[in-house]
Amino acid sequence: MTPAFFRSSCLVIALLILFPFNTNAVDPSEILRNPTLEKRARHISKDLRCLVCQNQSIDDSDAPLARDLRLLVRERLIQGDTDNEVFDYVVSRYGDFVLLRPPVKAVTAILWLGPAIFVLIGFIGLLRYFRRQTADENSEDQNK
Amino acid sequence: MKKIFYFLPLVILAILAIYLIMGLGRNPQDLPSVLINKPVPAFELAPIKGQTKGLSNLDLLGQVTLVNIFGSWCEACRLEHDLLMKISKNNLVPIYGIDWQEPNNLVGPRWLKRLGNPYTLVGDDPKSRGAIAFGVTKAPESFVIDKNGVIRFKHTGRITENTWNNTVWPIIKDLRKQ
Repeated sequence: MTPAFFRSSCLVIALLILFPFNTNAVDPSEILRNPTLEKRARHISKDLRCLVCQNQSIDDSDAPLARDLRLLVRERLIQGDTDNEVFDYVVSRYGDFVLLRPPVKAVTAILWLGPAIFVLIGFIGLLRYFRRQTADENSEDQNK
Repeated sequence: MKKIFYFLPLVILAILAIYLIMGLGRNPQDLPSVLINKPVPAFELAPIKGQTKGLSNLDLLGQVTLVNIFGSWCEACRLEHDLLMKISKNNLVPIYGIDWQEPNNLVGPRWLKRLGNPYTLVGDDPKSRGAIAFGVTKAPESFVIDKNGVIRFKHTGRITENTWNNTVWPIIKDLRKQ
């Protein structure tokens, strides 16, 4: 490897790290002229599930339905909808499943509280274990 | 007594495993529709090329109807088409079509010309507005609408002869009595 080649390789790698490829699916023609609205649209799109490829957001997905949903989100924003009104619009047609961040409700409580409950159970178990161990050590000390 | 406590994690794991195993058998594409027993959301679609009237939610009032989302690109729609033709020939129920995401405005009409048109009205839906109104994720999907324009039944995927006879047709007959 010549030093020149090495240097240019490093440069390419550094540039790739500094400016990663844009991974979202938004087509330049979709972008709104109003930067605040566009920012809100991007934000909403990131939280809406693409229903064709279910583990992607509509912001990531190249599916035609995702594109049409992105355009719809932008259209609603231009018409003056708040972010919540846009979410409600989509949820009223596709259900909560379309939200990548499930809402806190009675049916989703276990989803949100579950991890905390398990951590708590583990912590209590750990506490009991250490308490018993120190108790055992104390009794051993007394036996001496 | 304390020994029982040791088995608790195992019991929790078993319960969790049962739920997760049950989840494996479910089809994640088969979503329950939130629109059941709700009125059809407002939508308005232009006619497909060669026809004068499109389709809007107001066309679905006054009688029990079947709404069918299709596309000439969709294999299952082609398979479903023969049954829809039979339904329309026998005048069982008016079928309203939403021609979804055609690559251009010629292929849909051409498809219907070649295979026959079972639809009373067809709306052209290149921007998915009709499909989104019905919460559609893939074609074909069909909805039974009662005479008040309320969505009463959703079927994802192709209606087979079997589903028609055992599910869809009885629902339509039932709704007509109301």
